[in-house]
Amino acid sequence: MIIHHPILGPRDAQEFVYLGDASLIGRPDGMTASIEEFHNYTYLRDNPAGAHRELWYHEQGDRSWLVVTRNTVTHEILQVELARDVARAEGRSK
Amino acid sequence: MPDFILKPITALGHDAPEVDTVGPWTITERADIALASLALRRGRLGDVQTSAAAAGVPLPPAGASASGAIYSAFWMTPEMWMVEAPYASHEDIRAHLLPAFGDAASITEQTDAWVRFDLAGTGLERLFERLSNFDLAKAPAGAATRTVMEHLGCYLIKRSDTLVTIYGPRSSAQSLHHALIVAAQSVL
Repeated sequence: MIIHHPILGPRDAQEFVYLGDASLIGRPDGMTASIEEFHNYTYLRDNPAGAHRELWYHEQGDRSWLVVTRNTVTHEILQVELARDVARAEGRSK
Repeated sequence: MPDFILKPITALGHDAPEVDTVGPWTITERADIALASLALRRGRLGDVQTSAAAAGVPLPPAGASASGAIYSAFWMTPEMWMVEAPYASHEDIRAHLLPAFGDAASITEQTDAWVRFDLAGTGLERLFERLSNFDLAKAPAGAATRTVMEHLGCYLIKRSDTLVTIYGPRSSAQSLHHALIVAAQSVL
């Protein structure tokens, strides 16, 4: 499997480490969120048969975090973004 | 206080850097380079570019290296570079760089964290086919990347078709050196 790194181009998936669902970026605000919101954030995941947004870490490369949109049925990679850009677009980063 | 006089040794543990010749290739340990990482602080790209140009520190784009009169540099990760300078004149490389960049960048001395090997000779791509998944043959001169060799995270810089620099973790210098020698002997 090849992951098309947004900066470095095509790279072998073996260079990457998989973390999990990209919704991990959206951690609830610790000062205002309810216990249910944190429970859902910590334990509940969607398990789609189809497009899935995931966090991958380029451990054997430039060590950037990526958001990879992957079809879980065909393993086709539909989109690769820098997690930093995604997080900033969602207002997660200062 | 007793006056200790400590004897410096190279990463491979000798008085002088080791030079090995295997077939057409020369593998040279380099102890004469000082290193510092330079990481951009948020929103200070303009300041860092101006300071770097004034100080003669090249800031190559992603996946590349560049050399200047004194300093050379290679790209490590977004907004971060490793700066190289001659050890003899820049042993305290951070003190040299800090006045130029001020608080626009974070500068960390890295000299003793790494072992550097320069590999010279023709057909180096045959050797690196055994060592790493990086396609040395296709990479242009000046390419720089992080890759894994012998389970060690290393930086690889293709200076030219006949010269490649590797930076590996200094604490694993002998393992990396062994891997280079074995790979060279096996593809002779």
